[in-house]
Amino acid sequence: MTAGTVRTPRAAAPAGRGGFLAVVRAEWTKFRTVRGWVVGMVVAGLLVVGVGLLGHSECGGQAGPDAPVVTGGPSCTSPLGPGGEAVTDDYYLVHQPLGTDGSITVRVTSMTGSRLQPWSKAGIIVTASTAPGSAYAAMMVTAGHGVRMQWDYTQDTPGLAGTVGPASPRWLRLIRAGDTITGYDSADGTRWDRVGSATLAGLPSVAQAGLFAASPDYSNVTSQSIGGGSGSGGSTQATAAFDHVMAEGGPAGGRWAGTAVGGTGGTGGGGPGAPSPDGYRRSGGGYSVTGSGDIAPVTPQGAGSVAQPVIGTFAGLIAVIVVAAMFITAEYRRGLIRVTLAASPRRGRVLAAKALVLGTITFVVGLPAAWAAQLIGEPMERSRGIFIDPVSAPTELRILAGTAALLAVAAVLAVAVGALLRRGAAAVTAVIVVIVLPYFFAGPLAVLPPGAADWLLRVTPAAAFAIQQPYPAYPQVTSQYTPENGYYPLAPWAGLAVLCGWTALVLGLAAYRLRRRDA
Amino acid sequence: MSDFRTVLALRAEWTKARTVASTGWVVLAAVGVTVGVSAGVAAAVRCPSGGCAEDPARISLTGIYLGQAVIAVLAVQAVGGEYGTGMIRVTLAAMPRRTAVLAAKAAVVSVIAVAAGTVAVLASLLAGRLILPGNGIGPAHGYPAVSLGDGPVLRAAVGSVLYLALIGLLSLGVAAAVRDSAAAIGIVLGLLYLFPIVGAAVGNAQLDRHIQQIGPMTAGLAVQATTGLDRLPIGPWAGLGVLAAWAAAAMLAGGLLLSRRDA
Repeated sequence: MTAGTVRTPRAAAPAGRGGFLAVVRAEWTKFRTVRGWVVGMVVAGLLVVGVGLLGHSECGGQAGPDAPVVTGGPSCTSPLGPGGEAVTDDYYLVHQPLGTDGSITVRVTSMTGSRLQPWSKAGIIVTASTAPGSAYAAMMVTAGHGVRMQWDYTQDTPGLAGTVGPASPRWLRLIRAGDTITGYDSADGTRWDRVGSATLAGLPSVAQAGLFAASPDYSNVTSQSIGGGSGSGGSTQATAAFDHVMAEGGPAGGRWAGTAVGGTGGTGGGGPGAPSPDGYRRSGGGYSVTGSGDIAPVTPQGAGSVAQPVIGTFAGLIAVIVVAAMFITAEYRRGLIRVTLAASPRRGRVLAAKALVLGTITFVVGLPAAWAAQLIGEPMERSRGIFIDPVSAPTELRILAGTAALLAVAAVLAVAVGALLRRGAAAVTAVIVVIVLPYFFAGPLAVLPPGAADWLLRVTPAAAFAIQQPYPAYPQVTSQYTPENGYYPLAPWAGLAVLCGWTALVLGLAAYRLRRRDA
Repeated sequence: MSDFRTVLALRAEWTKARTVASTGWVVLAAVGVTVGVSAGVAAAVRCPSGGCAEDPARISLTGIYLGQAVIAVLAVQAVGGEYGTGMIRVTLAAMPRRTAVLAAKAAVVSVIAVAAGTVAVLASLLAGRLILPGNGIGPAHGYPAVSLGDGPVLRAAVGSVLYLALIGLLSLGVAAAVRDSAAAIGIVLGLLYLFPIVGAAVGNAQLDRHIQQIGPMTAGLAVQATTGLDRLPIGPWAGLGVLAAWAAAAMLAGGLLLSRRDA
């Protein structure tokens, strides 16, 4: 790079932009002519693709022959809900047909069971059919979260608080008017409150209405810290007592029929020690319904997630940080920075050009790498029988473009830190420590309590990994919403914004110091 | 004669390390971040009711996860810094036996790492001993007090210091092989931090276990565990042995490349 090549375009466009373009061109020339940096970027891309192929789980929830059965492991197959998401739809239902206009009302007097979970649930439901994944709306009592109205798997609205019992019974009512189901609850059967209203598109003219019970699997993680963790889990069972059952709007003389929806019920889902298999009993004027399973969205953990193939981001990130830091610190080491600044005395502009060139190159390398990781990784997972929970096209695009953006912004941060510290090793270490280490502390190390871990992933640049979160965390589903399972405390774009904020701050600081200090 | 040269090489390397201003700062930073992170984690951990599977000694030594990065920088600079400035050619002209130069550097880096590590580990354990009982992890809740008189705690402490020395040697070897500080530190930190992150993300407990058994950090820091030893992916000393194998391989590669290649 000689001063002459820089001067020519500047003479052609003396004011403003032309000068900047020349600096950008100079920086691009520097990058592409240093073989180590080009190789480094290629390595970064290969790492993003290659590490992602390490995923090696198999479906069925068992990690190995002598490993404990881990609940929530990747599943082999899963029904899809009305919104296209994978759902769990296992429960016991006592039902009869319901026409386009009608209602069902019950009083729930108790809920008991083996290993009741906070989200064990029982109540009344209007569902399109007994096939798993059907559209539905339900009013229910839960073991730990009061009365809820839930519909179409992902929706949840609170009703009366408190637990149900003989002294505090709960009255539930669902009214169907065409496609619209409205839920009411009451503590005494006379004063009713509207809880929520759901529109179930395409609800058939003859739907099924009835009483249901479900209780999600439990899982205990005894020690999730690095260096040994073991989980155990199993199914649970809930039994609810109903009376004052009143169904209107069905065919005359409708008879109740019992169905184990999803097929896993009815086999004593409560595991060893369960008092009775799933089913229902008539007692006096009421019913007692026993069920296990859940009616809820699946919350994939690691394997089975569309984000699984891009775990190589961490490896690619380190390579990108090394190249980006060297892109500026090598100039200090070799004294080239003095030539650069002599040729282009507006120093802020030099820094901006370096950041722009490297950020762009990283994005251009990162996007196809992430895409390739997914193109190769997903069929590999499917070939092992793993069911991959589908996401919408915008979400998929956000994960891929977000991964590339994360790499690109991290590269700019590394350039800025390099300009500030002027030492390659120090700059690389600083950037890795602020991006990768907080993730490691909050995720795999698992030594911090959840509150502190969440804060690490909110305020440090590691927040940016939230851009890769494929599935929402549902408050009404108990799961391990941890970073290594793909769940973050910040919303995807908010997380990336945190990294952008830090980068802007350090870049500003670096520009200020660059102007004030001798090179 | 040969002994005399070795002593000369050692003295030269020690003088270099001693007279570079950054060495003092780096040692101070290593101790500072180790103790700071250890104390911060000890203060953040909560176990109000007792009965959680916490390991007081290990929590007290969490800062090593960050402190090792500083030690790695120090070790990488010992070689990379000389390549950066061209000093390496002077060094090798004065001391043509290149393996002796690397050995002398290894000795100096180890001594500094052990010195910094000893201070950092003792201060971290003291911080844990003072802070943890207030968070429900102390003798009042059935946990042993963090004390060097306790066999496993002593092993965790000594092991952590040795761990830092081995990290120094690993970094030195990598730096001698790639001859550039920034690339070397990237490789070293990648080797340390990527294994547990990738292991946790593969979604297969058995593969995760194997990854933790071969990762230099995940295996090496098994030496910090004082409870739940049966759940460790690898035994404490065996784990440190894995790290020693990594360090030996890196030093071997670095030494071979250093003696076969132009500086």
